Formats: sequence, structure tokens, C-alpha cells
Amino acid sequence: MQPAAPDSDVVLSLQGITKRFGALTANDAISLDLAQGQILGLLGENGAGKSTLMSILFGHYTADDGQILVHGQALPPGNPGAALAAGIGMVHQHFALADNLSVLDNILLGTESLWRLNSQRTQARAKARAVAQRFGLSIDTERKISELTVGERQRVEIIKALYRGARILILDEPTSVLTPQESEHLFETLLHWVREGLSIIFISHKLGEVLRVCDRVAVLRHGKLVADQSTQGITQGQLAQWMVGHELKAPSRRPGQRQSSEPVCRVSFDPAVDPHPESRDRLHHVNLSLYPGEIVAVAGVSGNGQTALCDLLFKRFAGAARIPEDRQSTGLIGDLPVWENVAAERLKTSVFSYLGWVKQTAAQKYAQDVIARFDVRGANLDTPARNLSGGNMQKLILGRALTAPAGVSDTDRPTLIVAQQPTWGLDIGAVAFVHDQLIAARDAGAAVLLVSDDLDEVMTLGDQIAVMHAGVLSEARSVSHWTRESIGLAMAGIAEPTA
Amino acid sequence: MRLEQRTQTHWTIWLFAAAGALAVVFGASTLLVLWAGAPVGQTYGLLLKGAFGSVFAWSETLTRAIPLIFTGLAAAVAFRARLFNIGAEGQLYAGAIAAVAVGGLHGGTGFDIAPMLLFVLMLVAAALAGALVLLGPALLKTRLGVDEVVTTLLLNFIVLLAVSALLDGPMKDPLSMGWPQSVTLMGELELGKLIAQTRLHSGLIWAIACAVAIWIIMKYTTLGFDIRAVGANPQAASFVGIGTTRTMVLVALLSGALAGLGGAVEVAGRTSYVTLDMSPGYGYAGIVIAMLAGLNPLGVIAASVLVAGVLVGADSMSRAVGVPTYLSDVMVALALLAVLVASALTQYRLRWR
Repeated sequence: MQPAAPDSDVVLSLQGITKRFGALTANDAISLDLAQGQILGLLGENGAGKSTLMSILFGHYTADDGQILVHGQALPPGNPGAALAAGIGMVHQHFALADNLSVLDNILLGTESLWRLNSQRTQARAKARAVAQRFGLSIDTERKISELTVGERQRVEIIKALYRGARILILDEPTSVLTPQESEHLFETLLHWVREGLSIIFISHKLGEVLRVCDRVAVLRHGKLVADQSTQGITQGQLAQWMVGHELKAPSRRPGQRQSSEPVCRVSFDPAVDPHPESRDRLHHVNLSLYPGEIVAVAGVSGNGQTALCDLLFKRFAGAARIPEDRQSTGLIGDLPVWENVAAERLKTSVFSYLGWVKQTAAQKYAQDVIARFDVRGANLDTPARNLSGGNMQKLILGRALTAPAGVSDTDRPTLIVAQQPTWGLDIGAVAFVHDQLIAARDAGAAVLLVSDDLDEVMTLGDQIAVMHAGVLSEARSVSHWTRESIGLAMAGIAEPTA
Repeated sequence: MRLEQRTQTHWTIWLFAAAGALAVVFGASTLLVLWAGAPVGQTYGLLLKGAFGSVFAWSETLTRAIPLIFTGLAAAVAFRARLFNIGAEGQLYAGAIAAVAVGGLHGGTGFDIAPMLLFVLMLVAAALAGALVLLGPALLKTRLGVDEVVTTLLLNFIVLLAVSALLDGPMKDPLSMGWPQSVTLMGELELGKLIAQTRLHSGLIWAIACAVAIWIIMKYTTLGFDIRAVGANPQAASFVGIGTTRTMVLVALLSGALAGLGGAVEVAGRTSYVTLDMSPGYGYAGIVIAMLAGLNPLGVIAASVLVAGVLVGADSMSRAVGVPTYLSDVMVALALLAVLVASALTQYRLRWR
């Protein structure tokens, strides 16, 4: 282990942090130092222990063993207030902002005593603006949160932390809601903050980003710290190997072949004519054709109409195999057993029921088949679906969507697959599995619509790429027409590819 | 102090939870018995004897359990779909009055139907009346998002006032000497006795049959799957193609019908007419029973017998020693709280720091 700057002093020191949940050791004697002015990348797959470690740092959990020093002072365990007072600030991936209040209100929330009758707004406003200016974060403190873009909301969260005097800033997956250009801007701002005296922990699972902005990187795997060193001379391959524990073959493009000039489905949407699907986000203009043997990848920052687009497809094409965005709240019914979840979509067909009676043997046999074929681990038929890990939940949903039950003719394979964020939050092994399955289905002649906010995924899997911004879906064009930059601009709505 | 979810639950924890729940119920009740100045051992002995100590005691307990099974099932079915029907009391009265309307008024009006057919008609009318009472709140919930806890609860009072109006008006028994009491059911429609010289009637068989039927529906049919799915996760249920509104309405009809049937069976088996004190809160007790049973339809039978036993036993105990019958209400309420806390503790562990 080599420190990035030899004469830097340590601002935060985690010493031998251990946390167990029953038989699971979420953090195993983790020791980690953060130096003044350093940007430390914290890498790890889902479930590697990153969140647990940060929850301990913030006093939401109490470590079973070990201690935390801030500027050499021990931080009392289990006390979120103490962490804030010690100058630790966290920007969560999911913002905690009150939509109906102004930026200033949100910044002030929780900073003033309940017993004060008058709020010192003028002074507070001046202080908030000074903080924003010093750290290069322009924001109008009087606007309502609901009027802000996602990037601006993130800025409010950061100002909130800095307003409270944070000197150590923890950013949890900060780029997951940003366009590539916005991310780039954030990276430059980070360097500015370090010069202003902040020290930063940057949590991510995107390897390129970590190498791009961090001085040092720490990698967690299965609760253990497996690497902690300078990013100098480290490759993405090396990082990936630390994260998963074995070598990974680089994801390669496996282009598909349009198998017919006749599209499987053609969907268009014009708000002036069509009734609007009941969705959270709005659609404005869509014109899309999906062909057999081809994957159309839709890039875009989430919340720009992708859910409405998928709902529209689900509604108009009843036979579509569907992989929903949120596997826990939409994909599966956590309290019900695995077999019922697998058979759920087809329970009312004659294969699985007769006059309202469920044919349990047939449904369970089908579920067993899906479990075996899609390698769902940690489940028997009667396990409640909620007990599965995220990756296994996704395998179950994928298996249910892509496997026709026995007794249905073989041509009944799905001709249209709509996959929304199918790899969100999965570990690298599971991601590869999902990608392989989608490609196999495509090669077998299915038309696939893939919605993703992960640009790498869009560019690796997509045969055609379209970009969604503010409810408008661009024309789908062959992947060779696009670059990361042009996709990023289209995601930000700057250059509509009309040509 | 906080709760952490358990990853697995060892069987000893179940044992401790059950033992702990029992200890809490009896510990707290014992304090009350002592406070009332009665001998503890004798009080519990009398309670037990009054509930289960003889054929007569059993017959009384089971008679009391019959309406409780119906209202318990009504709550269990609805709660499973997260339709919080607090209105079983009103639905029970609606069913009872509908039963009398079919099987009692007829005697004067003169349409001549075979008693067998009339009996079926009576049950159908009672089920329909109970179902219709709950249909309104269910539609308000699914269409407009109106909280069904409020609407079903308040409907109880409306139904009771309506019944009261009928008992003083068109359905008043001319021979009741001014008491607000409905006309009596035709003798042929009354349910037979299961044990001679007791009040235990064949409604018990109807109740158990209903419980078994509901258990089968919940476990083996697509409707049962829909109900469980909508209750567990409506968003995911609608994603896999289950009509959540349709399911809610069906559940409401089923739940209301069960409570309504309870009213008809109570009239046909025990009272043979409707009065305003016909139910000492069977509808509300049904909620407690459903929770005690963990919403399991077969468990509802056991929970009903248990609760009925406590109520009946407390009656006879209170006549012998000077402890008010309210002790039974306290015991039932404590049992509910203890069971809820105990089952939470099987899922979560307490952390003190």
C-alpha cells in the first residue's frame, strides 16, 4: 500500500471495522485511511459491503468491532449527529429533498433549533450563496425543488452537506443520474473542491470513472478489503479482477442480424391523438419499429419517458416478454412463493388452470424448469421470492419471460422482448448472464427493446440506438452512427439527431 | 433501541414467542384478578370450567363461536387483500334483517314456496345484503381512493340505524308489545339442534364448511392467488395481468357475504328474530379473531372457539366470584397485542444500542 501524497495527513481513519448480520460478515476488519485533499474511490459489487461501511461511518449501524477516527478523534458509535458534527457529509444516490419546498428551505431543514421562533433566513441565504459560490455550484436558492433537473437536485444535496460544514464528502454513485457531459463537469468540480480543502470518498461501480477522478482506490469484495492503493498505473481489468475475484473477458459486441424487413411491431405515439398511458413520466413523440433479430437500445437519463414508453408497448402488444424496471416492487410479489411468481403471468391460461382451479403440479414443474434452466440459486419452489438476492430475482423474471411452458408449441417463443434496466444493481457475473440471455433470444429471432441509462450497456448490446429526452424518442440509428459524445448530447436534449 | 430483521428464525424463537405471549396475557390478567380481590386459582378454574368443563359449557362456547367464525372469515378474506373491512358488524345486521325479510314477512304476505327453496333464498338474500353493504366502500376505495377503514366503520352506524327504523316500522313484530323486535322467522326455516336440550345448532356445520371452502379458495384457485397477490403487492399483481379493481370488488362481495351469512345463521339458529342487541360486537371481535388466526381460514375456527370460550367462561366465572366479565375483554385484547408483538419478534430482533 502506498499513500498517494507522502506528506498528506490523515483526516479519516477506519480501523478494523467489523460488522456481522447473523452468519453473514458484511464488513470484515476493514481498515482504511483518507488523507487531506484526497479523492478515494470505493469500489465493490452490490453486496460487497460498501453501504454497510458507510452506514457505520454515519452511525446508522454500530460496528461489532473497530473504531473510527476523524482528525485523530474517536467518533462515538451509533450517533448520526456526531458524524455530522465531525464534518462528514454524504450525498446519497437517492435524494432526500422535499419537492414542495424551496432550495433554501431544504438546505435549512434540520439545521435550526425547533425552539427558535424566527428563522434567520437572510443570513442563511447569504451563507448558502457563499458556500455555493466558493465551491462553484451555481443555484437559485429561491426555486422549488420540483422545478429543478436531476443534476440541479444533486447540487442542492451537495450544498446541503457543505452548508453544514462538511470537510469530508461522501458521494454515493453520483453519476448514475447524470449525462456523460454532466458527469464530466462534476469530475472537474471535484478537483476544485479538493483545492478548497475537501477530502472525498467517491463510491461507484463504474471502473473508468474511478480511474479518471480518484487518487486512490479501495476495493471491497465479500466484506473484505482486497485492494487499497494509488490509481497510478492500474488498469480497468485489474480493478474488475479485484472486484469479482477472477479474470473477466472484456465484453465484446456481438452484432445481430435483422432477420426480416417486416417489423415485429411498430409503435408510434402522438399526444394529440393517442390516450396517454398511466405513467409517472410523460411521452411526447415516439416513432419506433422493432425488427426480428435486432436489439434497439434506448439511451437516456432515467425519468425522461422510458417508463411510459415501456408501458405503451406492454399495453399495445400483449404477447411481449417483459422485464420491468423495478424487480422488487413490480417484477415479483415478494411474499408469495417462487413457483407462484414464476407461473403468475400465465396462471389463467389452460396450461396452468382449469375453470379457476390452479394446476399446481404443472405450475410447479414449469417453475422447477425455469429455476434449473436459468440457474436461480438459493431457492426452492416454496421460498418467498423476497428471500432471493437481486441477481437471482432477475434471473427468475428473465426465465419467466423467456421460457414458454411445456405444452405450448415451440414457436411460442417470445417475438418481442421489452427489457427495462435489466442489469441495474446486479453484480458483474449476473450482468453477463442477462446479456447472454438477451442476445440468445435475439439470435433466435426475437425483437428486443432495451432501455438503459448505462451507456456502456447501450453501446455493447444495441444494434440500433435511439435516445430518449423529455418524452421524445429520437430516430433509431445503427450503432456505427453514434459516438459516446453524440449520445451524451442527445441525452441532454442539446442536439436532436434529425438528419 | 431499534429493530433489525432476522435473516432466519430458529424454532426455539417461535417457542419463546408463544410462551412469552401466554405469560404476558396471564400475568396481566392475574394482576387484575388480584386487584378485584378474588382467588386467582379459583377464578381461572371457574373460567376454564365455564368454557370447556362440561357438555353444556362446550355447547355454549360453540354456539357463541358460530357468528364469530363468520365475521372472522369476513375479516380474514378482506385483510388478505388489504381491504380493511371494519364493517362486519353492519354487514351481519344487514344479513340478519334480509333473512327475516325473506323468511318471516312471507308468512303474512302469502306467497307459497317450499321451505327448502325458501331456506336457500333466505341465505342468498342475507349474503347479498352483506355483500352490497361492503360494495359501496370497495368501489369508493378503488375508484376514488377513499379510505375503507373510515367508510366501513361509519357504515356500521348507518346500517344499525336503518335496522332500527325497520324494527320500529315495516318489520316490527305486532306481538312484541312495543319492543323494537322484528317479526319471527317461519318455524320450518330454523336450524336444527346439534345436541338436544342445548342451544348448539347446525349453524356450526355451516360455519366450518364456509371456513374450509374459503381455505380451499385461497390455496387452490386463481381467485385465491389474485387475492393474495393484490394484498401482497398490487403493483406487481397488476403487472402480471391481475385486475386489481376486479379483485378488490370480488373480495368485498365475498367478505360482506360471509358476514351477512353470519347474521342469517344467527337468526335461523338462535334468536329467530332481529333485535338491536343481537350482536354484542361480533363484527369487531371478528377482526381480532382474524388477526389471532394469522388470516388463516382454518385458524379462524380455532381462534373463534378460543375467544368464545373466554367470553362464555368469564360469564359463568363472574357469577361465582366477584370479578367483572370485562376481564374477558381485557384477556382477548391482551392476547391480540401479545400475538402481534410475538410474531413481530419472530421476524425482527431487538437491539438495545
